[in-house]
Amino acid sequence: MLPELSLTFLIFLLLFLKIWDGISSAATIMHLTNFLVLVALVGGFCFTGTGEMFNGMFHTSKIINFEKAILTTGTLIIFLQSFDWLKDNKNGVEFCILMLSTLLGMDFMISSGNLLMFYLGLELSSIPLAAMANFDIHKSKSSEAGIKLILSSSFASAIMLFGISLLYGTTGSLNFTEISMRLGHDQLQLFSFILIFAGFAFKLSSVPFHLWTADVYEGAPVPVTAYLSVISKGSVVFIFITVLFKMFAQFTDTWYNMLYLSVMLTITIGNLFAMRQDNIKRFLAFSSIAQVGYILLGISAGTVMGASSAVFFLIVYTFSNLGAFGVISFVSQKTGKELISDYRGFYANNKTASWVLTIALFSLAGIPPTAGFFGKMFLVTAGAAKGNYALIGMAALNMVLSLYYYLRVVKAIFIDKSDEPIEKLEGSLPMKIAFAICMIGIVCTGFASGLFEYINTITAQ
Amino acid sequence: MLSPTLIALIPLLPVFSFLLIALGGKKYFPNLCGILATLAILGSFILSATVAYEYFFQLGPTAGAFKPTVAVSLQWLPFSPDVSIDMGILLDPISVMMLVVVTLISLMVHFYSLGYMKGETRYATFYSFLGLFTFSMLGLVLSSNIFQIYAFWELVGVSSFLLIGFYFDKPSAVAASKKAFIVTRFADLGFLIGILVLAYYSGTLDFQTLITRLTTPTDQLHHSMAATFMGCSALSWGLALVFVGGAGKSAMFPLHIWLPDAMEGPTPVSALIHAATMVVAGVYLVARLFPIFAISSPASLDIVAWVGITSSFIAAIVACTQTDIKRVLAYSTMSQIGYMMFALGVSGYGGEHGLGFMASMFHLFTHAMFKALLFLGAGSVIHYVHSNDMKDMGGLRKHMPITHITFLVACLAIAGIPPFAGFFSKEEILTAAYHGNKAIFGIALVTAAITAFYMFRLYFSIFWSKDFHPYHTEDGHGAHDAHHGEGPFTMLLPLLILGLLSIGAGFLPFGRLVTSDGVAIVTEFNPGFSAGPVLLALAGIVLAWSFYKKQNNAPDQVAGNIKGFYTAAYHKFYIDEVYIFITRKIVFNLIGRPAAWFDRNIVDGTINLIASLAEIVSFLIRKIQSGKVQVYALYFMFGVLGFVLLFMFW
Repeated sequence: MLPELSLTFLIFLLLFLKIWDGISSAATIMHLTNFLVLVALVGGFCFTGTGEMFNGMFHTSKIINFEKAILTTGTLIIFLQSFDWLKDNKNGVEFCILMLSTLLGMDFMISSGNLLMFYLGLELSSIPLAAMANFDIHKSKSSEAGIKLILSSSFASAIMLFGISLLYGTTGSLNFTEISMRLGHDQLQLFSFILIFAGFAFKLSSVPFHLWTADVYEGAPVPVTAYLSVISKGSVVFIFITVLFKMFAQFTDTWYNMLYLSVMLTITIGNLFAMRQDNIKRFLAFSSIAQVGYILLGISAGTVMGASSAVFFLIVYTFSNLGAFGVISFVSQKTGKELISDYRGFYANNKTASWVLTIALFSLAGIPPTAGFFGKMFLVTAGAAKGNYALIGMAALNMVLSLYYYLRVVKAIFIDKSDEPIEKLEGSLPMKIAFAICMIGIVCTGFASGLFEYINTITAQ
Repeated sequence: MLSPTLIALIPLLPVFSFLLIALGGKKYFPNLCGILATLAILGSFILSATVAYEYFFQLGPTAGAFKPTVAVSLQWLPFSPDVSIDMGILLDPISVMMLVVVTLISLMVHFYSLGYMKGETRYATFYSFLGLFTFSMLGLVLSSNIFQIYAFWELVGVSSFLLIGFYFDKPSAVAASKKAFIVTRFADLGFLIGILVLAYYSGTLDFQTLITRLTTPTDQLHHSMAATFMGCSALSWGLALVFVGGAGKSAMFPLHIWLPDAMEGPTPVSALIHAATMVVAGVYLVARLFPIFAISSPASLDIVAWVGITSSFIAAIVACTQTDIKRVLAYSTMSQIGYMMFALGVSGYGGEHGLGFMASMFHLFTHAMFKALLFLGAGSVIHYVHSNDMKDMGGLRKHMPITHITFLVACLAIAGIPPFAGFFSKEEILTAAYHGNKAIFGIALVTAAITAFYMFRLYFSIFWSKDFHPYHTEDGHGAHDAHHGEGPFTMLLPLLILGLLSIGAGFLPFGRLVTSDGVAIVTEFNPGFSAGPVLLALAGIVLAWSFYKKQNNAPDQVAGNIKGFYTAAYHKFYIDEVYIFITRKIVFNLIGRPAAWFDRNIVDGTINLIASLAEIVSFLIRKIQSGKVQVYALYFMFGVLGFVLLFMFW
């Protein structure tokens, strides 16, 4: 419960600071927030209570605490990266409050042992997102993103809630464990499962429920896009694993086939779209759709190895994607340029940023020895245990395809010449720290095999 | 025994120095980099020497035999409970011996380069590469499993590529580094397939388990013997392929073509890589898997023996005709490594039968000393004369007395004159060959005589022959006259140390320390037997003396008499040309062209098809991605309905 309590405290503290109006500089508040989030993160590592609360509504275990730590780390990196953007914004505090609220919602969601709790967490984690997507109030694109996010997400929630109520109607319970015991071969239960699955698929932007993704990612401010594509997705993956493995263990065959189909569609369509994008945010949006496909591939194994490889991949993905988004956000904040063609000759004036972006993209493409390679390797190994070689072959083929479009950006940075390359940009200290964290993460996570072992052990518990 | 951390520091110190120099040192303190790297490698050397002392004399043999111990073992990538990729440090007689050799030679080279490379623009980079190379080589030597040795094997290849191509503004250096990389890479393909075969049949990557499973009657051995391909068992194929990798790195015929060209690198690099360390990796690899070769697949061992002796003989002949002193040394290295290889090839396993193994390792040890000395001496000469060609040299004995004496010592050692180091190891090899295979013994004797001839041809041409007129630098000061031709102290000290070692290393009781099964063997000194090789070597020296002591036309006359053969040898028996013929005419025309056609039309066609398909599909989907939320919701509903139809009613 400690992460939730500390987050709640932090949110209230920021609210009071806002009302009190004593600290006028947003920069100071940002520093304070960063520091406190760091404290909360460290605290989460030190005091790891496990057990159940509120009649099984809320439960924690080692793996859940670990997942929360991943999310908090990612949020911290995003805070660091958005420093340059928010330091002059008079509403900066609200941004922090909103983001921390969603983080709190996610923490509740992955700790939930009951569908009600889960739904509460899910909503808490998605509604503030719409406000965040709309944070560049003067840009119509940003408002469009906000409204599209809230509309589609409420639609998805409605479908999911319909599924939940049908499930409650047929089993008479909202508790994960009890539902799993009462599931039979009832068609209505199967239908409710499909609805819930669709709700998850929307959150994960798996094809064909992904359509909102590109528009929202493009319109939202870059840190928000990063947050949506990494943290928000990560939390949904975590709870999705629990829901599938625990609650719907009865329907393993069904959800295996559904995942099979989703993986095929998601990886392929995500890649096909990513190939043609000119806007770098849209490009990353579609590439992140494809990445989710790989995660689902790991999950489809239905084994401990599948779950732990998904968790491991999400760590890697957090560092890699946030590294890439960090640079893009950096450039976008300073120059407003968001097209891949704008990055031509980027290396000429911005050596460090070019390397960060390149290494992050390599990791996303899964090129050894970056961590992305190990992440993908574990996912595919887990998926292959099922013997579905058609799927594995498709995934491998798509990895080759993805290499093309990731390298297209790298080529623009290093090889293409431009008459007006982006001038030398100076990042603030928090930005540099965020880059350093991401780089260390990308380089070291893959080699620290103890980490994967550890995840494997705590997942098995 | 030292703590595992300290042992792990042996390979890690050089890599730390590499990282430090490459990441910061190059920029902030370029002039200190050499000293820093030298100190790091000195640390490694001291630790290695301690490890060797403790392994051989304090830990000592258990039950009469030196047992391998795993000092460090880390599970790195677990795939399943049974199979994982580990990183470990294996200590056994050969790895401990190699540790000392690698760190010692590397230390000498580091120290020597302080003088030799002084004033180079990429001085710091040079030291960072040396650190990387030393790290890879030590990692290779200490590997506890096949995967690790393969990884370090490739790393060695990369770092030697960097070092050979160090003068990257010289086209010949670039070509040489490319050639070395491609040829060894080609051989490594064999190595990779070989280890995959071995690992597949034994079900393990770990050396010790692998050796146990493939030398004792187990299921794994049975399976690997039973599976045959083209008349040979899978085991023999695996070992032969592993040997191909080893032959590539060790420049064995016909994969030796990269070694002479690799002399384009800085001379200290040649001393380190092409004399004492990387080129013996192949020998080390065979030695590492020796029990499997000797016990389970004697056929593969025969291949090793014959490849070894062929390389040795051919290289010796070619060496007689070359005029570039580094190329002569390169061919002599190839010839001596051939010696080590065939010594392994004629050896049996265990006890007295393992004499060849012991002799091979002994020769590896002594050869490292005197060949590094020869290269470093050649480096001093080149440093002074500014040329590699022996025609530009002669009479240097008065200008470079120390280089002269140490070079002479090394020549005597390589020629096998008692009591210099080479004599002892060579004699063991010849004894082993005599007992193992008489034909090989005969060729080896002839090779020994030729070796003495070409080494002294080199020696007399450099230091005697004619009078030397000091080279004048372009600014006309004749700067080199000031120090009588000798290099600075940093270059002389390694020469002296290695010179002493070339004299003394032969007296080591090697048979008691490094043997095939760890059990000490007693080697007898048989004056009657060793008289033959020594006399032959002396004959070679006398011949060289009569030809090259003073400039005369006797060598040209002899060359003229055997013109055809001489020209062939001078052109290295046209092996490079054969390779070019095979690659240009056969590979490019017969395989390359059709493949290119296939690539252009079929592969590209498919890709283009996929691209245009993607175009069409994305054009279609563009309508889906309309930006209208209500349409998105509609597709969402379609998705749900699709799932319902698929999974509920079908």
